[in-house]
Amino acid sequence: MSSGNSQAHSHSGIGAYLGVFAALMVLTALTVWAAFQHLGVWNTPVALAIAVSKALMVAWIFMHLRDSPKLTLFVVFASILWLAFLILITASDYLTRSWLPIYAS
Amino acid sequence: MGAHAAAHAGGHDSPPELRHHFVDLPAQREASTLGMWAFLVTEVLFFGGMFTAYVIYRATYRTAFEGASNLLDIKLGAFNTAVLIMSSLTMALAVWASSLGRKNLIILFLILTILLGGIFLGVKVIEYKQKFEHHEVPGPHFVVPLNEKTHQPLPPQSEMFFSLYFCMTGLHALHMIIGIGLLTWLIVKARRGAFTTRYNTPVDMVGLYWHFVDVVWIFLFPLLYLLGRHTL
Repeated sequence: MSSGNSQAHSHSGIGAYLGVFAALMVLTALTVWAAFQHLGVWNTPVALAIAVSKALMVAWIFMHLRDSPKLTLFVVFASILWLAFLILITASDYLTRSWLPIYAS
Repeated sequence: MGAHAAAHAGGHDSPPELRHHFVDLPAQREASTLGMWAFLVTEVLFFGGMFTAYVIYRATYRTAFEGASNLLDIKLGAFNTAVLIMSSLTMALAVWASSLGRKNLIILFLILTILLGGIFLGVKVIEYKQKFEHHEVPGPHFVVPLNEKTHQPLPPQSEMFFSLYFCMTGLHALHMIIGIGLLTWLIVKARRGAFTTRYNTPVDMVGLYWHFVDVVWIFLFPLLYLLGRHTL
């Protein structure tokens, strides 16, 4: 209740929406360009970093997380945390099996 | 606090949108928003299972996945990404218009969002059709494709890439179709004048859903279309 403005629903305004839209378009062009560059091991991290930036902008402005109560932010954070568990724990199994001599053959 | 005081000062005749088990409209809106986000958390994990499968198999069969990825049409993929981002903008503007209670503006932006969603799905149909024609659809008619650069056959696991491609983009397209259904429902409600400066929760919630579907595509596009391009 400290913010107390959830009824007024302090929307971010058209300016912020257009700004995010422009940034998303630029980043889309950037990620397509970067995909054709020879970045060695960095191609995948660069593509993912751009995707994460785009997702954060959509969530923060379009999905109003900027104006959301802490509880909502907590729920969103929890979803990312559990997704990380899902991917990291599964990967830690599958991608390390070849380290054991018994599976190496 | 000011908003609360004002709501109570108005007397006991509560607004028709207010369900009786909520103290006031802000409390009702907050509960709806939290509930919608809780649903989106389950959606993150729903798609997350497929993303995990993709990560594991791409790491294991790298050459097959990169080679098969290069067979997707990057122009159509990039075009669709732009279309979906545009539809997110029109959706955000529909929510903005609904918070102002501007009926005609709401309907205009909702129609634009549906049109852009329809263009996305139309392009997807073209892409799927090409895959069927090139025998790149997993199953009995699948023919192991050739590497774009070396013209040698790809490893057989390229079929797994296309399995994941169709599952992930298919599930995403299903979400788009459901989203278009929800947007149509919103237009019907908006025409009846259901959304006012006081109450626009349904537009807001469908907006969250639509943006979420956009976020899923923001990850699908680089993972499926881009990750092997530098090998060409």
